[in-house]
Amino acid sequence: MTDARGLQLRGVARTYVSGNRVVEALAPTDLDVEAGEFVCLLGASGCGKSTLLGLVSGLETPTAGTVTVGGVPVNGPSPERVLLFQEAALFPWLTVEDNVAFGLRQSSLPKAEQHRVAREWIDRVHLHGFEKAYVHQLSGGMRQRAALARALATDPSMLLMDEPFGALDALTRDRLHEELESLWAATRKTVLFVTHNVREAVALGDRVLVLSPRPGRIVGDFRIELPRPRSLEDVTVMQQAADIMTVLRRALADTTADDTLLEA
Amino acid sequence: MELQTLPLPSSATVGARRAGAVRASASTVLRSTQVRRLVFFTALLAAWELLSRFGPWPDYLMPGPLAVGRAIVGGLKSGLFLHGTLVSMARLLTGYGISLVGGVLIGTLLVRFTLLRETLGALIVGLQALPSVCWLPLAILWFGLSERAITFVVVMGSLFSIILGVQSGIANTSPIFVKAARNLGASGVRLYTDVVLPAAFPTILAGLKQGWAFAWRSLMAAELLYFSLSLGNLLQTGRDLNDAAQVMAVMVLIIAVGVAFNQLLFAPLERRVAERWGFGATGA
Repeated sequence: MTDARGLQLRGVARTYVSGNRVVEALAPTDLDVEAGEFVCLLGASGCGKSTLLGLVSGLETPTAGTVTVGGVPVNGPSPERVLLFQEAALFPWLTVEDNVAFGLRQSSLPKAEQHRVAREWIDRVHLHGFEKAYVHQLSGGMRQRAALARALATDPSMLLMDEPFGALDALTRDRLHEELESLWAATRKTVLFVTHNVREAVALGDRVLVLSPRPGRIVGDFRIELPRPRSLEDVTVMQQAADIMTVLRRALADTTADDTLLEA
Repeated sequence: MELQTLPLPSSATVGARRAGAVRASASTVLRSTQVRRLVFFTALLAAWELLSRFGPWPDYLMPGPLAVGRAIVGGLKSGLFLHGTLVSMARLLTGYGISLVGGVLIGTLLVRFTLLRETLGALIVGLQALPSVCWLPLAILWFGLSERAITFVVVMGSLFSIILGVQSGIANTSPIFVKAARNLGASGVRLYTDVVLPAAFPTILAGLKQGWAFAWRSLMAAELLYFSLSLGNLLQTGRDLNDAAQVMAVMVLIIAVGVAFNQLLFAPLERRVAERWGFGATGA
């Protein structure tokens, strides 16, 4: 089970102090993710999903425990583990091409090579022809594609996706699911994908982890064996999503169940 | 003071255009902005000329646009205007350059260190309320009627606006840009030059523009007291010679320089920001 190249969390916890209030965002958590695995984190808002991604990215530091990737402890952000946000977080003062090349520009890669890699990724996310466009000229889906290209251009081993398609319309989201799945199949990056949509989690993940709210802790770990590619509308996907929902409701019985989880 | 922002064309070109405008039939061409503007300024110049000829004031106090135009041509031919403009520009650029470097540095530090913001920051907000010309008497006491006194006043005029622009620009930058950039490997100085400053640039630009306007105003005020050739000094010389035409000619020149700087320096930067960030009606 444990992969030397994979991700390990051992007793990782995070509390926030605001004024004299202490908020436990993530209870001590153990987790093993194999390299190349697609793991979906499912939970209501405020259950520490984003905190967990932040801790794995290194942008946040745990109050207890250790995060290791490939046997090396995480202590700070690295282009090896790129976080993608719901709002894409592209830089509005740069063109699409310069955005995609941003991570490469921070390295010592020759200029021509930066250019080539950026162009290649722009093509792979189907943004050919938009190299010189600015962010405000792109649609929401195109922005997420550009953000994906920017993340993949530095050739990370891990993508940390924090509800990246949450703000998109259903059609665009479906297309991006397909594209993400095929990019993942081609590159075999480890993916941690946060969502509050059960069917999205089942359609994308090799595994679905269910988190309970306040403090966040993993209350369910489902392996999805359905053949790929999958669609949100597949009967098998819906069936498995319904099973997970049942477990989820039971797990959340002591807390206030969040209706957003029941959304289609 | 407000006149400085009006796009007033120089009298010479307006005089040439006037002949054409009178011949054109007014009803059909009034639709375009440029035509309306031309008609307005032509009428204004005509009214001014009439007022100076038939008004109750003596010629030497109220010269018409033709006399002012002649003064402008004279000033340009003698080289005095060009020389004076260059001297004033050199002073402005020196003082503004110092403010630019200092403002970006101090503004950045104010965001970075809470203690500085609580102490020095409060002082800067206070000093910003002081019109920069008020520094002039003190500057002359300290430095005498020297270049250093002028530079000092120009710096005092522009520094605080730039500091406050940089500070609020950086402080209001969305933290998600910084997160994304750190994640992609940016750190240290590069994080500032590649992300923090460009992200804050729209707000910084507003501070730079205000700083420029204040620097320009304080420079003109300071130069009125100086005897060496400069734009402000040309105004004062006109007064000493009882030559209202020269005073007005220099005023037109000062307006032209101010408008030119705005059009050549700030307007393109603002267009660039609007185009990139999608501000204004040009957004997709």
